[in-house]
Amino acid sequence: MDLRYSESDEKFRTELHAWLEAAVPAHGKPPAGNDWHERRDYDTAWQRKLYDAGYAGINWPKEYGGRDASLTEQLVYYEEIARSGAPYIGVNFVGMLHGGPTLMTEGTVEQKARHLPYILKGEQVWCQGFSEPGAGSDLASISTRAERDGDHYLVTGSKIWCSFAQLADYGELLVRTDPLVPKHKGISWLILPMDAPGIEIRPLRTLAGEGEFSEVFLDHVPVPVENRVGKENDGWRVTNVTLRFERGTAFASEMVQLQQFVAELVALAKKVTRYDARAWDDVALRRALGHVAAELDALWAMVKLSVCESTKTGVPGLGGSAIKLYYTELYQRVSELGMRVLGRANLSREDVAGLPNEMVLGKELNSISLAIAAGTSQIQRNIIAERILGMPKEPR
Amino acid sequence: MDFQLSEDQKALQAGIRSFCESRMPKGKLAEIEHKNGFDAGLWAELAEMDVFGLRLPESDGGVGLGNADAVIVFAELGRRLLAGPLVWTHLAAGLIKGAASGEVVVGGLDLMGPESGPLLVEHLDQLDALLILRPQGVYRVDPRSLSGRPIAAPLDPFTPLHHVEGLPEGELVLGPAEAERLRLEGAALVSGQLLGIAESTLELAAAYAKERHQFGRAIGSFQAIKHMLADMFVRQEVARAAVYAAGATLDDPGVGDVVRAVSTAKIMAGEGAMKNARSCIQIHGGMGFTWEIPAHFYMKRTWVLESVFGTIEEHADRCAELVERSL
Repeated sequence: MDLRYSESDEKFRTELHAWLEAAVPAHGKPPAGNDWHERRDYDTAWQRKLYDAGYAGINWPKEYGGRDASLTEQLVYYEEIARSGAPYIGVNFVGMLHGGPTLMTEGTVEQKARHLPYILKGEQVWCQGFSEPGAGSDLASISTRAERDGDHYLVTGSKIWCSFAQLADYGELLVRTDPLVPKHKGISWLILPMDAPGIEIRPLRTLAGEGEFSEVFLDHVPVPVENRVGKENDGWRVTNVTLRFERGTAFASEMVQLQQFVAELVALAKKVTRYDARAWDDVALRRALGHVAAELDALWAMVKLSVCESTKTGVPGLGGSAIKLYYTELYQRVSELGMRVLGRANLSREDVAGLPNEMVLGKELNSISLAIAAGTSQIQRNIIAERILGMPKEPR
Repeated sequence: MDFQLSEDQKALQAGIRSFCESRMPKGKLAEIEHKNGFDAGLWAELAEMDVFGLRLPESDGGVGLGNADAVIVFAELGRRLLAGPLVWTHLAAGLIKGAASGEVVVGGLDLMGPESGPLLVEHLDQLDALLILRPQGVYRVDPRSLSGRPIAAPLDPFTPLHHVEGLPEGELVLGPAEAERLRLEGAALVSGQLLGIAESTLELAAAYAKERHQFGRAIGSFQAIKHMLADMFVRQEVARAAVYAAGATLDDPGVGDVVRAVSTAKIMAGEGAMKNARSCIQIHGGMGFTWEIPAHFYMKRTWVLESVFGTIEEHADRCAELVERSL
């Protein structure tokens, strides 16, 4: 049981740290507001810089252009990326963290060649078309139909919660290819070219007021059969591969960032006042901050344990559900604490009187989505109880 | 970095686990409860298993293992609620002759925390030596020199208590830095025991949820129960990570802040044990409220372990202080 990073890990850290120290300030601040095309340019330009420096696809195999870093180097990477304040993975999230990895595991040679190098360079942005208005937690009940028409499928239906759909080049698309068999057995996983005819995209306004999510309507959209990942009607299995990547170490950098956020809250609590004293002098608040700092340390230790235990088969284990569940609920407790530290100033989403409102409120509003996206906390609990603890399945 | 149990550690864990299961099989707790929890034969066997001399250098007759190994062993002791001043005797190995071999039973009092309640000494009747941790150092006191009133109804039936009026100064055996160190090691070992409680209460509850039927179904098929069990699992895993990290950090302080790692372990394991013990009782329904189902013994022992080497509140305050210092 050894927590010490090896000399080569530390050498990697030193190099990465030096590169980030120059590259992060040079990349400037992310564009403000809701101009998603500016966001795409900003995020993909950063991805390109990572690529040119040899830091893109830290966990991707070398044959796909990745760095194929050891698991501990990956931890170092997440730590350093977070500490440097580097741009968030942003629009590259789906392609880099689960779309790309799904193709590596399940895609054909042609599919890999057509997508992986471009995702890695920030030249292809992906979105996800999994959920539907009628299929959320019960994802396998999707009703978007794909009917075979020669060498194409014609896809009709609607998808929801598609991040960055309005600026993506491709989508991970789940469709029903056989409506007559039990729901898990008639699904296929397709690569949707977002410029295909018959696609209508309507941005959704979230409670944060932003339009990152969209609803996507598909009307007889032609998708080449060669875009199918895995066998026809074997899409549910492929989907589970995607979901495991999505629930795996995808959040690692944000966990380290959250530790920094707690330190920022401590600094803030020393600045703001309550009853003519500093908020920091409030024992209950101070204790709550100390408590979440400990929880975040424990969470990071849990990530290390899980990373070291996972073999190099490439697909994260079910333990990811426990990490995701704990992380998202902890994130919500931390962001709520942030709101309490701000006091009534938290009524403003923009910075007032030198307080970091935009950051604190951004965390608070964003935190709400975390326990819903990529499988709600309730679904994660079902997974843990049924697949890890062996409880009888819910009648379905 | 290889942050998982090594092959040796897995063997160590398996060995101590099967020993504890054979000496403390299901149902044994209720049976030995009237004996005040201390079993001299078992104590000698634990000494033979090197539970006390585990971290003592081989040159001093120990096994020369580290804190990471010790927390694994103490998690197993916690799983089966083995009783007696296990942690204190382990800490006393090398400091008090005969502790490692089990011939001298050593208890202790931690007076380094912020609390100053009544002085309650555990297992006083069994003790051959008593260690006291004070900010000024580690003191040794002859337990027979203490006058105290036995508590007729201790919360944990396996942890007898004496209310002691006044303590002699005792003999200074180690300085303040060593007292601080012993307190950290003690907190890590107790966190190990608490982790064991978090694990065994989940195990008990999960087994019951599969076997107990209501409304024509196993109660474990209901989401209300499933979600409680899932939360228990998460608490167990978070506690495990924190406890292992505390052990590894004590052994190699270069990998992190030792105080912060130990405080984190005591908080996470303490909460994991307490909440899992309560959930275990709840999942057992009415049976959980009976003496017969052992779930309550776990909750009661958790209160004993929570009270030593720093409570959750004390450790959370410490973590806050450490974050402040890191600014």
